[in-house]
Amino acid sequence: MTRLHDEERLGVLLRILRPAPLGWVQAAQELPGARRTLDEIVSRAEADIAFRAALVADLEQALAAEGYEPDRRLLDEIRARLGEN
Amino acid sequence: MSGPSGFTDAELVRACRAGDADAWNELVERYSRYVYAIAVRGFRLSDEDAEDVFQDVFTRIYTRLDSLREDSALRPWIAQLTRRRCLDAIAARREVPAEELTEEGSTDLTEIEEAFEVREALTSLSGACQDILDRFFTRDQSYKTISDELEIPSGTIASRIARCLGRLRETLEGRNPADGGSRE
Repeated sequence: MTRLHDEERLGVLLRILRPAPLGWVQAAQELPGARRTLDEIVSRAEADIAFRAALVADLEQALAAEGYEPDRRLLDEIRARLGEN
Repeated sequence: MSGPSGFTDAELVRACRAGDADAWNELVERYSRYVYAIAVRGFRLSDEDAEDVFQDVFTRIYTRLDSLREDSALRPWIAQLTRRRCLDAIAARREVPAEELTEEGSTDLTEIEEAFEVREALTSLSGACQDILDRFFTRDQSYKTISDELEIPSGTIASRIARCLGRLRETLEGRNPADGGSRE
């Protein structure tokens, strides 16, 4: 970087990149686990007609009954994936 | 940019592709402020829309990392993903096609890029300097809070901040790239 900065300008620039809310960051960091859960649920639904029917009938209840606690985004993605299959 | 692992972006991308969970955590940590700033400062999204964009961007990064042609081009790729998703969010609110929107607030977007360069330089300073500058400038902590939490006299906070800013400026100007001077 070739641009010269005085300390006041550096302070202004430092203030721009504020921390994202901690919960957002944690959710993003937990993505790999969430994706594994998603793949597991979809694979099971493809192999188990009864499980798939239960998911289609009431997704949240069916997942809760199996011990899954997916968040809203994961639920939306499961719905989309079930709709594709 | 390198973080706690010392990985460059390209190395971080390769480690993420190999399934390294720590690398993914670091990638999120490294770019979370950047994505957040583009959404809330660059495009002035509401918290609700910004959160959706934030999570969607990181989901896309995670699921499409294999499609990144040049591993070192992580930042422009993330910027592009984020800008597109922000435009989608605005278009959805206004019920107009995203293609019809321009990148409003482009001055802020340029400034965010500049801020990222400064933050990159910050990572080369001592941990103490990074900590005190981050507390004061991005977490808006008062001298008293900083003094209490770091257990240093409040009367020395301003001078410590000034010294660290000086080192940051020197780093940016290339006079002291490794911050090899005394530690705060």
